[in-house]
Amino acid sequence: MIALVANPTRAVYAALVATLAIGWVLVAFDGGTFTLNDMVGIQQRSAALGIVAVGQTLAILAGSLDLSVAYLISLVSLVAAETMAGQPSNILTAVVAALGVSALVGLVNGIVITKLKVHAFIATLGVALVIRGVLDHLYDGPAGRVPVEFQQLGYARIGPIPVAALLWAAVAVAVWFLLRRTRLGNRIYAVGGDVEVARLSGVRTDRVVIAAHVLCSLCAGVAGLLLASRLGAGAPTVGTDGGYDLESIAAVVLGGTALAGGRGGVAGTVGGVLLLAVLDSVFNQLEVNSFFKDVVRGVVIVVAVAVYARRTGRRAS
Amino acid sequence: MEDTGRKQPSAPEVIIRMTGIGKSFLGVRVLRGIDLSAHAGEVHAVVGENGAGKSTLMKILAGVHQPDEGVIEIGGETRSFAHPVQAQRAGVAIIYQEFNLLPERSVADNVFLGREPTRRGLVDRAAMEAATARLLDELDEHSFGPRDMVKDLSVAQQQVVEIVKALSVDARIVVMDEPTAALAEHEVELLYRLIRRLQSRGIAVLYISHRLREVFDLADRVTVLKDGTHVGTVQASEVTTAALVKMMVGRELDAYFPPRAGEQAVGEPRLTLRNAGNGKLDGIDLELRAGEIVGVAGLQGSGRSSLVKAIFGAEPFTRGEVTPVRPGNVREGIAAGIGLVTEDRKAEGLVLNQSVRDNALLVVRAVGSRSRAAVADLLERVRLTPPRQDTEVKYLSGGNQQKVVLAKWLTLAPKVLLFDEPTRGVDVGAKAAIHDLMRELADGGTAILMISSELPELIGMSDRIVVLRDGRIAGHLPAGATEEAVMALAAADGAAA
Amino acid sequence: MKRAIPIFLVLAGLLVAIAAANPFFLEPAGFLAFLKRVAPLAILAAGQYFVIVSGEFDLSVGSLVTVEVVVAARLIDGDESMTWPVLALLIVIGLLVGLVNGLVTTKLRVPSFITTLGAMLILSGAVFLWTGGAPRGALSQGFRVFGREGVWAVLILLVVVTTAVLLMRADFGRTLVAVGDNEKAARLSGVRVDRARVLAFMISGLSAAIAGILLGGFAGVSAQVGQSLEFQAITAVVLGGVVLGGGRGHVVAAIAGAFTLEALFTLLNLHGISGALEYAVQGVIIIAAVAAGGLRLPALRLSPSKV
Repeated sequence: MIALVANPTRAVYAALVATLAIGWVLVAFDGGTFTLNDMVGIQQRSAALGIVAVGQTLAILAGSLDLSVAYLISLVSLVAAETMAGQPSNILTAVVAALGVSALVGLVNGIVITKLKVHAFIATLGVALVIRGVLDHLYDGPAGRVPVEFQQLGYARIGPIPVAALLWAAVAVAVWFLLRRTRLGNRIYAVGGDVEVARLSGVRTDRVVIAAHVLCSLCAGVAGLLLASRLGAGAPTVGTDGGYDLESIAAVVLGGTALAGGRGGVAGTVGGVLLLAVLDSVFNQLEVNSFFKDVVRGVVIVVAVAVYARRTGRRAS
Repeated sequence: MEDTGRKQPSAPEVIIRMTGIGKSFLGVRVLRGIDLSAHAGEVHAVVGENGAGKSTLMKILAGVHQPDEGVIEIGGETRSFAHPVQAQRAGVAIIYQEFNLLPERSVADNVFLGREPTRRGLVDRAAMEAATARLLDELDEHSFGPRDMVKDLSVAQQQVVEIVKALSVDARIVVMDEPTAALAEHEVELLYRLIRRLQSRGIAVLYISHRLREVFDLADRVTVLKDGTHVGTVQASEVTTAALVKMMVGRELDAYFPPRAGEQAVGEPRLTLRNAGNGKLDGIDLELRAGEIVGVAGLQGSGRSSLVKAIFGAEPFTRGEVTPVRPGNVREGIAAGIGLVTEDRKAEGLVLNQSVRDNALLVVRAVGSRSRAAVADLLERVRLTPPRQDTEVKYLSGGNQQKVVLAKWLTLAPKVLLFDEPTRGVDVGAKAAIHDLMRELADGGTAILMISSELPELIGMSDRIVVLRDGRIAGHLPAGATEEAVMALAAADGAAA
Repeated sequence: MKRAIPIFLVLAGLLVAIAAANPFFLEPAGFLAFLKRVAPLAILAAGQYFVIVSGEFDLSVGSLVTVEVVVAARLIDGDESMTWPVLALLIVIGLLVGLVNGLVTTKLRVPSFITTLGAMLILSGAVFLWTGGAPRGALSQGFRVFGREGVWAVLILLVVVTTAVLLMRADFGRTLVAVGDNEKAARLSGVRVDRARVLAFMISGLSAAIAGILLGGFAGVSAQVGQSLEFQAITAVVLGGVVLGGGRGHVVAAIAGAFTLEALFTLLNLHGISGALEYAVQGVIIIAAVAAGGLRLPALRLSPSKV
């Protein structure tokens, strides 16, 4: 058990397996069963949050954080749906436009943080408010139309596996690969771990933070596309309704990534998202009140971080 | 210049030559006319007391500071560094006391940070690890591997990682700043071996140390700095310890110190330690009496700061007898009338963004003491000039900042006041004022314990001196002991103790 | 206090602009209405200030406001005689939530960002679990008078501001700032660092309770009453020149930040820039304010620094 807790990534997967097992038993007692379909449902539900959280991992590892993702998701869903306007031929343009908008927002976040030296919390909160203002100004409700072809992204399955889950997996693997095998990945850890050490080693720290934010926003953009395909339209509240800003940060931290940066990784985040999703599913099966789920979720997050803090604290002392 | 005459094929190449280096900070001259050179395979020690300018000189070489005057040549070419990275690229590697490592990353990641080898655009981890492993192998280091996390390594092992980093950039000059300060005795031997290997690879090693024993063990030549000037450079084999100490400390005693306490002035014991110890200290016997200033000498890592932190309660004693109280935490120490003027006043002593007044009142507010001395009187007592209460402390000079720290403790009317380097980074005028104040406090019945690595200060101020070595008391010396005597006790190798 | 001067100039400018656009603003009734509207946010900002100046965050105040209002409505359920006992209970809830936030942050060493984020989820989940999903019951007249009657709201605001100023001048306030600026130096001077932080969280919780009481009367009972108030409060504090990471800034300036934010909304409304773009303007202004402050913020410090 101690060995499990020593490594937060392992800890979160241990918790995941335990939750699945306990959930299975509870559901069985309740007279239900936990089927493959439920597992698929978990994947489906967690895909959007998972993609955002993977991006958020990059920002947090670099010693920053991004509170603008929720509004960005809404914005992207609208940009995509309006550009598509129901025409399959517009899909490519729409995807490019959506990702372009995302990258731009990430760029602004990164520049405000590094060049204007505004605390990431305030910078991304400010950018979030700007996007919110634009959304509220231009839209009262859902807009645009996503062609059926694009809706496949949200609903289609390959065998038993939803395409959305595959998309999530692809994003996660890509970011894992980036962190593991590219110079940028190495430097994200370095900048988040100790900016001064990174600077003295010749790392251009500002660029690294900006790149992390652009990638984080791109992930939010992908999630926005996914949600647009599910809804069949763009919606100005789809991002905030899902609470993707704080929830993605919670999932990252639950996965053992340190909020201060420089420690953690994508594997933990995926585990964190899955753990939240499994909890959700079990509660759904047991028909537990949705508000109870929030309570449990809050407790789980705080307890997990307290456990991690104990571990690192002992090591430090 | 000493090389120009020789024409033997084995004549070592001069790798680094610094000539006439000068530097001022805010109008205060900290270095002037420093010459220093080193050739391939040489270990060149740089010695001097605190404040002699060793660190500044090394930071100039590292590109952290830019010199106001003088020339740096590397491999015969004149170079100037605007940024540490440029110095690194020119082949200068610096190993600071505080390592520049990322604890959460692997050894290989740290070694290659900022210069990761790539293959087809991707980080070539295998190559990184292989190169790191090879270098570790060359250094005969098998206790850890390239994949180990730096946070899991000992201090000595982390030092090896820094050395590997230097080797991996093909550094031609490696500067080591007090490399043994944090090492245990047996680890020092390993470090020696590593340094000899660097030598055999034709690297010039600049070795900064207080410890003369190490200097004689390792160095080919020794350069002595004092008060920012170049005293001289000598062959290590042609100089004695005594001669070297004389070069380091032999100065005119121009500093003024207040008169010492007379016999009758020393009063009752304020604090008595019997066989006290903790993780860093052992078998400490010490008595502090009212009216007396006791000096503590010792090298870095000898346990000086641990001693005052233990008495104060910040890093408490875990064994032994302390009367009247053995504080288990800071608040108990303060309640017993003990105050600590810390070594690093910016990090541990002051709240820089608060006003003079807030800082002066911090202790009484923290302990909720009812008695409030008038701050104006306090500031006058510590001779703060100008005695403005609402200035934020960050805008004050070092000397005035230290006076504010003193004011903070005076609010307590302390029975025992501990000073860790009371005048570090303080100008001459404020220094004298602080010295006067310390004596005034002692005369008023406070027992004072003072750490200082400036020997003239230590000797000038102390009524008696305690010398620490390796966490134990190495000896006692009376008032007016010579600097040589203090050094001999503090730096003696095991045999002489 | 010098750092705070810009915010007062901006606020004065905004107030003049409002008065120019709408002379009613200068009449007692008009100004009273403005004060009544500002009061809840100003009180929240005052509470948040204590937490931020000690180097932490409190993201739970929005949910806590909702909890307070929903609890009040359900327990009072229109019964006048329940007013005072429930008011007392609300205060206790606020203090208790702050106590838990503070203890988890300091003793379990969970970054306050996460502690209070968790508290946010737990609070809103718990209260609707209890009421079955939607607010139920109704507030009494006696309860609503505090938020509805401008005089009461202003009186309460005055008491809060005065108390906050007095606290910050007292030993507690001065040592709290010291904790936020240099935890290590504070500890070595005998300051009980953890206790100071826990008290700061309790003050923030208390301010959320008071803000909830005002908002219950002012805005009525709804599940959204406290929504995103935590961000507004933090924004107000930062606008007032208080530095995230702790140790710098004045409580009056933080409250002035809340006034500025509300004045800004009022002005935008007067000029027909309603709800929608309001947020965009707010976003730009907060970034600009912090950037123009030329503040070289310390590295993101979301966790209490360890000594």
